[in-house]
Amino acid sequence: MKPAPFEYHAPTAPDEVVGLLVELGDGAKVLAGGQSLVPILALRLSAFDHLVDLRRVEGLRGIARTNGHVRIGATTTQAMVERSAEVAAAVPLLARATPFIGHFQIRNRGTVGGSLAHADPAAEYPAVALALDAELEILSTKGARTVAAADFFEGLWTTAVGDDELLTAATFPVWDGRCGFAIEELARRHGDFAVAGACVGVGLDAGGQIERCAVSVFGLGPKPMRATTAEASAIGSSPADVRADEIGRAAVGGLDDVPADVHGSADYRRHVGAVMVARAWTRAVEEAISA
Amino acid sequence: MPIEVHVNGKPQRATVEPRLTLADFLRERCQLTGTHLGCEHGVCGACTVLLDGEAVRACLVFAVQADGAEVSTIEGMTNEDGSLSPVQAAFRDHHGLQCGFCTPGFVVSVTAFLRDNPQPTDDDIRAGLSGNLCRCTGYQGILAAIKAAANTSK
Repeated sequence: MKPAPFEYHAPTAPDEVVGLLVELGDGAKVLAGGQSLVPILALRLSAFDHLVDLRRVEGLRGIARTNGHVRIGATTTQAMVERSAEVAAAVPLLARATPFIGHFQIRNRGTVGGSLAHADPAAEYPAVALALDAELEILSTKGARTVAAADFFEGLWTTAVGDDELLTAATFPVWDGRCGFAIEELARRHGDFAVAGACVGVGLDAGGQIERCAVSVFGLGPKPMRATTAEASAIGSSPADVRADEIGRAAVGGLDDVPADVHGSADYRRHVGAVMVARAWTRAVEEAISA
Repeated sequence: MPIEVHVNGKPQRATVEPRLTLADFLRERCQLTGTHLGCEHGVCGACTVLLDGEAVRACLVFAVQADGAEVSTIEGMTNEDGSLSPVQAAFRDHHGLQCGFCTPGFVVSVTAFLRDNPQPTDDDIRAGLSGNLCRCTGYQGILAAIKAAANTSK
């Protein structure tokens, strides 16, 4: 239960981090809050020759609102997101997802960038980023690039961030107008990995019709998924004409790689997923209507 | 690597392997064995300490990451005269412990929790306790202790 030996690096600038990653090769891993990586090391599920710690790196931490977006630096802790009035007002879905992450002791260390780059299939932040079409900023020695959330999550614990790259920030669009958001998940105990969960955002036009909506599910495959068919079926309708349980069924209908384990069969998870989508849909619509 | 960590107000200097966790540093290098290690992978909460004032799992922090930081352990929770802190006293008075293995982690977590949530509801307390496992008490005594500690600090 002790990690294998590694060399420790604590650079102070993002450029220095990516320089080290190139120099050290694929035996190197970035360490942020360590709330997923350290258990993996302790259980010896994985081992690295070098850990490049971001604790001293400047310019990666903080929450900033710019026109129409909220940009969150990669080493911003989940606790900082949870306490941020800015996030609560501008990106409510992100704020509401945060208390579901682990426990408060975990959120004191765990980071936004760490959650996104680790990309656990049952994690909340990847599903939020996917639902809100967040943009992820990635740095390498060749320069910076931006990847849309839809292209960022590639598979089980796999993202567009290469071995020699660093996720530096996530930018979340702010939805204007009458809109509502909700996240629902079922976990055996608070803080456990979700059996299944769903994020929903609904925006209404001046006439009260559904102008835009976003539905994502997590825990139901190797990566979070957008429910594009369910979304398309709802857009242009009056909320009263859309049945939440049908959105739920549609959202899980196309899933073909649902995990099965001691906590539930694939069919059970699919059922739970549909229920979570339906509940989140109902709450998001209610909020949008009363907005 | 050489590090210096302020533990319960005292500077502790040591040369450590990078893989040494803060929990093992506290127990083996500082002889502060009140910080208990249950699962060593971030699930049980027994090793909770305050790192720069925030409750964290000491098994999920490497000692090198605490270089320059302030750490408070269960040994630093008592009042200055050595008497029990309000949280510790409430755990004793309300049967918030039996075997005591998980207790240091609970006391540290609850101390931080009540500082940030001085008037918690029962649901707040349950959510706040979710990161610490106790296998003896069934949690009811702990819940009672926290409610009592919240009332004393009003």
